[in-house]
Amino acid sequence: MRTGVYVCHCGTNIAGTIDVHALIGYAGSLPGVALAREYKYMCSDPGQELIRQDICDYKLDRVVVAACSPHLHEKTFRQAVEQAGLNPFYCHMVNLREHDSWVHADKPAATEKAMDLVRAAVRRVKWHVPLERRQVPVHAEVLVVGGGIAGIDAALTLANAGKHVYLVEREPTIGGHMAQFDKTFPTLDCAACILTPKMTAVKAHRNITLWTYSEVRQVEGYVGNYSVTVRRKPRYVIEKLCVGCLECIQACVYKQAKVPDPFNLGLSKRKPVYIPFPQAVPQVVAIDPETCIEFKSGKCKKTCVEVCAERNAIDFKQQAEIQTIQVGAIILATGFDVFDGARIPYYGYGLYPNVYTALEIERLVNASGPTGGEVVLRDGRKPASVGIVHCVGSRDLHTNRYCSRVCCMYSLKLAHLIKEKTGADVYNFYIDIRAPGKAFEEFYNRVAEEGVVFVRGKAADVYPAGNGDGRLIVQAEDTLLGMIRKIPVDMVVLATGLEPRADANDVRRLFNIGCSGDGFFLERHPKLAPVNTFADGIFLAGCCQGPKDIPDTVAQSGAAAAQALALIDAGVVELEPNTAHVLEDACSGCKTCLPLCPYSAISFVEEKKARINEVLCKGCGTCVAACPSGSIRQNLFEDEEIFEEIDGLLASAAVGGGPVRIQGDL
Amino acid sequence: MPEVYEPKIVAFFCNWCTYLAADLAGTSRIKHAPNARVIRVMCSGRVDPQFVLDAFARGADGVLIGGCHPGDCHYQEGNYKALRRVALLRRLLKQMGIEEERFRLEWISAAEGEKVKTVINDMVEKLHALGPRVPACRKEVA
Repeated sequence: MRTGVYVCHCGTNIAGTIDVHALIGYAGSLPGVALAREYKYMCSDPGQELIRQDICDYKLDRVVVAACSPHLHEKTFRQAVEQAGLNPFYCHMVNLREHDSWVHADKPAATEKAMDLVRAAVRRVKWHVPLERRQVPVHAEVLVVGGGIAGIDAALTLANAGKHVYLVEREPTIGGHMAQFDKTFPTLDCAACILTPKMTAVKAHRNITLWTYSEVRQVEGYVGNYSVTVRRKPRYVIEKLCVGCLECIQACVYKQAKVPDPFNLGLSKRKPVYIPFPQAVPQVVAIDPETCIEFKSGKCKKTCVEVCAERNAIDFKQQAEIQTIQVGAIILATGFDVFDGARIPYYGYGLYPNVYTALEIERLVNASGPTGGEVVLRDGRKPASVGIVHCVGSRDLHTNRYCSRVCCMYSLKLAHLIKEKTGADVYNFYIDIRAPGKAFEEFYNRVAEEGVVFVRGKAADVYPAGNGDGRLIVQAEDTLLGMIRKIPVDMVVLATGLEPRADANDVRRLFNIGCSGDGFFLERHPKLAPVNTFADGIFLAGCCQGPKDIPDTVAQSGAAAAQALALIDAGVVELEPNTAHVLEDACSGCKTCLPLCPYSAISFVEEKKARINEVLCKGCGTCVAACPSGSIRQNLFEDEEIFEEIDGLLASAAVGGGPVRIQGDL
Repeated sequence: MPEVYEPKIVAFFCNWCTYLAADLAGTSRIKHAPNARVIRVMCSGRVDPQFVLDAFARGADGVLIGGCHPGDCHYQEGNYKALRRVALLRRLLKQMGIEEERFRLEWISAAEGEKVKTVINDMVEKLHALGPRVPACRKEVA
């Protein structure tokens, strides 16, 4: 056995805490170790070259790299080893950084732990055998979940590259939150003007299959070979036949709209038959079974059907459709939910009529919104003074600790638009003004020069002024002036933050990915892999991964599309060879393993032996641990390898020869 | 040189949740007791009870298994299998006279770097109180 041990300094990240020199000395003294080296940055090119050169010069047959987490560089070092002609699976990593130098202050203890870990690795790697990675073909189609700007952009990029894309959106139209915005910061571009051409392009693109009012129900398979079941919800209108003339809405027996319109956040009403907004894609109406009389009583005149007589697009008997598709990659672009202002009761949302959330004001300001673009109070008057409260549900120990990233900028935007439309005095109550993007700081300056007043103090309370005119007082400590201010305003706008979708936890389980502590989907690495997840082949785009503005969303969705493209164009993907297999000679046919496999990879052959289908096996090792005769083996995680690792870790704990091993020799 | 007992914990961490949580503790520089040594497995379901017994036999003062929260296993159900095995293993360990606090099964998600610290620190504290599992095995302080 000729093992090479390499200890990385990682600058001072490891060397600052662990005595690398002593570690090398110790490693070099271990049985089977031909050489032990240290280097400042093992993952760099010269670092890798060290390994390659040593393999050639010293005929090394095993390599141990003691450095950072294998999650970071296991591939790097395996590749380096492979380049020198040694099987990559003869290389094993020891985590001295994330698990040792970065988390222990006691240097001697950290060094001793490092010695234990290296000793264990040296003993383990002796038992490694050469392995080949499995290659599986990649299906050339992509699923994009979510039809907001992130999903739309990713779908268009992929479709333009010639790939077939399924775009699945749970609302009856694509567009997402961006369709609700009026003007976007800092250029005050009209959101609809940028968005609607893309929405139309999606519908028209021959490479995109657009399924709105649909949800993903189940995901099976693995990278390159996902089988996804989608439930297409019934809108009770036949999509192919509806031309979007909207006459059914006119003709509906409800002469007045009565149902609170969710697109306008309840600020206006719609009828049971509706189109979410005039530029909806597809231009197809939907019928809400919760409020439609025909569904509730079965006794409606159905004037809608009468007026659609020529096309006959309305079908009250429509059923949900289940479709199953095969895709190679999935991009999640499911967006965000807005923080519920009512969760902070002292701001008075839901209590005082003229306290609004930012998105509600966005709808007021929008020319196609409930007030035709007029910013007015509940009683129709224009406000003479408006207070905008920043950080509602963000940067807050009681609700969300993170900064929602977009609220300062949209608060500046709303301040500008409100002032422009009403001439009102506008006060922004802020903790910090976060204006990091391109032209953002300049926009802040512009808004300040327009006369918007900035009070540096988190608003502590909103309460009625008490003189019968419905005015409210916003109370805050102005930390620059050093005094409490009580500013009377007609209208309060809460700059509510962004949150993960209410069902984010359920959705992420469907796709077998994780969420970070704040509830947004977890990326594989914030810098090295910001759009990848820990499930190979599943990528993230937009606010579902974390709050961000439209420029960043579009950039990220391009990145996700590129990752998906890379996967598909490669045509094949290599899977880790950590699968399990049965040693048929040793198998006694007890069938203990059969029901344990979540992927049904184990079958019983010829009435005698268990057999594992290598393609289905994902390498969890559950059957390996369960087999009473020890006849199931797992590549890379063999019993011998793990026992050696355990024994190696504890070798210094034992005195003399140590207690006898309990199980028999393997 | 006086011998001071420092408990040694062998920790089997599943690759997807717990190992990543420990990595997160690392990137967040969350300092904790240096007594645990991690062995990486793909899933907590891979942990054979024999591994636990071997660890105790070789002188471990404590053994910790870390897996994904129920419902979150990367391989769907491996952690449930681990849970079942641990239930039986506990009874065996009790009969061997190994105190309950020496063996723990913890669910730690990839976002719970803090929890890695609290679990390890708590376990070390309890193991200090219990003393070494095999009295003859004492660690020398350099």
